[in-house]
Amino acid sequence: MMAWRASHRMWKWMVGILVVLSLSIGAYAVASGTAEKAGSGIQPTIIIDKSRAGDKCVEDTAYMRKNHMKLLLHERDETVHFGIRTKKYSLQNCISCHASSVDNSVIGSDTHFCQSCHTYAAVSLDCWECHSSKPKPQPVAIAAPVPAVSVEGNKK
Amino acid sequence: MSQPDQQSPSSQSVDNHRRQFIGTSAALAALSVTPGVMVYGLAHSKPDDQPVTNKVRWGLLIDNTKCADGCTDCVTACFTANGIQLPSVPPKETDPQWIRKVELKDMRTGRTQSLPVMCQHCEEPPCVDVCPTGASFKRADGIVLVDKHICIGCRYCVMACPYKARSFIHEALTDQKPDVPRGKGTVESCTLCVQRVDRDEQPACVEACSQAGHKAIIFGDLNDVNSEIAKRVAGRVTMQLRADLALNPGVRYEGF
Repeated sequence: MMAWRASHRMWKWMVGILVVLSLSIGAYAVASGTAEKAGSGIQPTIIIDKSRAGDKCVEDTAYMRKNHMKLLLHERDETVHFGIRTKKYSLQNCISCHASSVDNSVIGSDTHFCQSCHTYAAVSLDCWECHSSKPKPQPVAIAAPVPAVSVEGNKK
Repeated sequence: MSQPDQQSPSSQSVDNHRRQFIGTSAALAALSVTPGVMVYGLAHSKPDDQPVTNKVRWGLLIDNTKCADGCTDCVTACFTANGIQLPSVPPKETDPQWIRKVELKDMRTGRTQSLPVMCQHCEEPPCVDVCPTGASFKRADGIVLVDKHICIGCRYCVMACPYKARSFIHEALTDQKPDVPRGKGTVESCTLCVQRVDRDEQPACVEACSQAGHKAIIFGDLNDVNSEIAKRVAGRVTMQLRADLALNPGVRYEGF
C-alpha cells in the first residue's frame, strides 16, 4: 500500500516537472522567435549614408559607440581655449561624413545619424542648439590643397 | 660575420650622401612644382595642432579720420561672416552687440566723428574677473572669448563690461555658421573672428573696411615690433577707450 502511494507521488512530481519544463521551453522559443523577427526593435537603426566622403570612421565602430562623446569633449576644450583646430576628432569632421544626403543634416528625424541613436538611448542632443548640424560649404571644407583660398587670406 | 662589418661604414656613408641628395632634390621639386602649397605652409604661422601662445597679442588699430560717417561696412561684414541677423531698425535692446558704429559730437564745435566699437579684448578683462563659471576667459594670444559650453547666461559679464560689448541671446537660433556656434541662453561678443585668425586670415571687419577703400582698421600682433600695427602704435598718439580703467585694451583708436 505504502509502495503504491510512494510511486503515485513520484508520478505526480514527474508530471509536474515535465509540465513546467515544457512551458518554460515553449515560452523561451516564443520569446526568441519574437526577438528574431523584431531585430531592429532592440537595437537602434543607424543609417550611414555611403554617398558621403570616407569609407570608415576615424576610429573603430565599437570604440566610437562608447567614446565619441569623450573625443568631442576633449576636442572642444582644446579648440575653444587653446585654438587647437585639428580636424580628425572635430565635430565638423563628423558632420561632413554623417550628414544625410537628403537634407544635408545630422538631425531632423529618427533616421538621421546622430538623432537615430540618441533617440533610442534617450540621451538629449545639446550640440545642435548652438552648432550647425550641416557640413561646411564644400570649397572651405577641403583640407589639403587650397592654396588659392589660403594665400588670399594671408595678407596680414 | 666580419665581412659585413667591414663593409658597413662605407655603405652607410654612401647611403647618407644619397639620402641627402634625394632630400634636397625632393625639397626643390616641391618648391618648383607646387608653389601654392609651399606658400600656404610658410605663411601659416601656427600649426593646427599647436596651442596659441602669449608671444602674440592680437589687436586692432582704428583710425577715426579714415572711418567714414554713415558707413557700416564693418558691421555688415561682421554680422554676415558670423551668421548674425543684421541689427533691427530702429535698434532693439536685445540686438547682438558684436560691433556697432558710435557717433560722437563735440557740443562746442559741432565736430562729429564716427567710429566702430567692439569688444576691446582687454589685457585685464572685467568680464573675466566677474564670471562665476570660468566661461568668460582670455586666450593666451589676448583674444577674450565666451566658452558657451560652460556659460550659464547669468549676464554678469554684460554688466561688468564698460564698453557695452557683450549681448545675450534671448531666442532659439537656427542656421548658425558652421564655424561660429551661437545659441540661446548664452552671452556673446566680438571674437576677433578667432576662427579666421587661427587660419591666418584677418577679421571680417578689417577685410571689409579695406575692401571698401577706407583702410580705417588694421589688425595685427601688438607684440611683434615689425608688424604694421606695432609700428603705428609706437610712432603715433593712439588712444584707449576708458584708459582710466587701466584695462589695457587690445583695440586702440587714433585721430581724435
